[in-house]
Amino acid sequence: METKNEITQEKPTEQAKPTPPAPKKKKFVISNRVWLLISFLVAMLVWFLLSQGEKTGRSFPFIDETFIKSFPLMAFERKVLWKDLASSMICAVCGFCLGFVTAVPVAFLMAWYLPVRKIIEPWINFIRNIPALAYAPLIVIMVGVGKTPAIILIWICTFMTMCITIYGGIRNIDNTLVKAARVLGANDMDIFFRITLPATVPFIITAVRLGLGAGLTTLLAAESTGAQAGLGMRIMALKGNFESAPMLMYIIIIGIIGTLLNILVDFIERRLTSWQEKREGQ
Amino acid sequence: MAGEERRAVKLRIENVKKEYVGERGTTIALNGVNLDIMENEFVCVVGPSGCGKSTLLNIIAGLHEATSGTCYLDGKPIQGTGVERGVVFQQYALFPWQTVIQNVMFGPMMKRLPKAECQEIARKYIKMVGLEEFENSFPKELSGGMKQRVAIARAYANNPEVLLMDEPFGALDAQTRAQLQTELLKTWEEEKKTCFFITHDVDEAILLAQRVVIMSARPGRIKRIVDIDIPYPRDQATKNDPEFMRLKAEIWNEVYQEYLEVRK
Repeated sequence: METKNEITQEKPTEQAKPTPPAPKKKKFVISNRVWLLISFLVAMLVWFLLSQGEKTGRSFPFIDETFIKSFPLMAFERKVLWKDLASSMICAVCGFCLGFVTAVPVAFLMAWYLPVRKIIEPWINFIRNIPALAYAPLIVIMVGVGKTPAIILIWICTFMTMCITIYGGIRNIDNTLVKAARVLGANDMDIFFRITLPATVPFIITAVRLGLGAGLTTLLAAESTGAQAGLGMRIMALKGNFESAPMLMYIIIIGIIGTLLNILVDFIERRLTSWQEKREGQ
Repeated sequence: MAGEERRAVKLRIENVKKEYVGERGTTIALNGVNLDIMENEFVCVVGPSGCGKSTLLNIIAGLHEATSGTCYLDGKPIQGTGVERGVVFQQYALFPWQTVIQNVMFGPMMKRLPKAECQEIARKYIKMVGLEEFENSFPKELSGGMKQRVAIARAYANNPEVLLMDEPFGALDAQTRAQLQTELLKTWEEEKKTCFFITHDVDEAILLAQRVVIMSARPGRIKRIVDIDIPYPRDQATKNDPEFMRLKAEIWNEVYQEYLEVRK
């Protein structure tokens, strides 16, 4: 709603520009922070409307039920929230880190050696399209229940996403830069550390961003493997009792974690790749 | 061949042939190319796109390998890249994550010289191209002309014996190009480095070079070599010289014929 108003207001002022005595209408600029606030309020309004509906209200109780009541319930009465958070974070961080440290070297090997690429790439693309939930039981059969299968699942998913992204990035490095370094006397080591690596950093950051997303979205599948605690495991446990309010709280918590991680990646990106040419306006 | 004559030859291109093996068979990019470039000489190569002039430069630079034939620098066959042959690319090829001074320092750093010395060398050449104020800027903050100046400074900082330039001003607007041509002429007259300069701009070739090499396409070979007997120092006003105009009409016509051949 707000956006539409903004557009209709803008157009007349732009058309009015050629006429010399410009009317008082000043172009009304809304700062990003205000936009964020507006967006938040709109979401709250939608949520509120959903909570008022007879059927939608069952699934989407408003903030009072979801947070003000459910938070003490899960955090203090049942004493599971912190355990769930810790457990999920351990699985996600371990899985992600394993994914990262394996994806980087494999991506380089794929970019450099044709046989590696030809053999691995089709299978990464094949497995990437299968939902993790589908093969989760196979992992449990292999390693038993607990955190291990969850970590392995997140590892697999983050690995594939990051590997493909980094590999694509390395392949896209401007070959002229390598040539330029060569004719200036760089040897293979120099080229790797001074050209390939810095040129790959932006792609590694994109890979981290996508990998974190993949890790979080796999959380549910990962914790369906008989985990003792965890955000995903709790959501599925609550489903049995139709406790929609705490479920919704957990779902929103996952969303908040994802957003915070994204902000962190944005921050790192600004520090490391300020040299990149950016398209104006995002 | 007489001994003295061989000494004067800086760069010898002997019977160079280059074939590309593609999925649709073999393409001959260059065939039977012979050329001697003298010490301190400025040679421009013109020809329609696809005549293999960039391939020839890449072979001299050691970035590509000739299918047969050899290039010699000071009588020694060229194998791989070497710091005595500096290259300036059309697309600048600056390292975007490095500042201007870091880019220009790259060559000296690769020679493992002490950092302070590298900086000193870099500053000298940054000054030569007039970018002192920008030594700590990143390439994204520079205009196309400034980027190419940095690339030229970077090539010079390595103190090469031969400068290979692959359409260095091709991506610039006419005014910037004219300015950089004048600057290059001045630098060449001062430093007298051997220059092998590729362009598709006939004006540029005549303005800069002592000899213009016209190449024909498919397969790329040398069609004709024209001596440009216009005395240095030259500048943009040289373009009004009657001799310049005569040469321009002559060379332009030949290049255009070749262009029409390629179109067929």
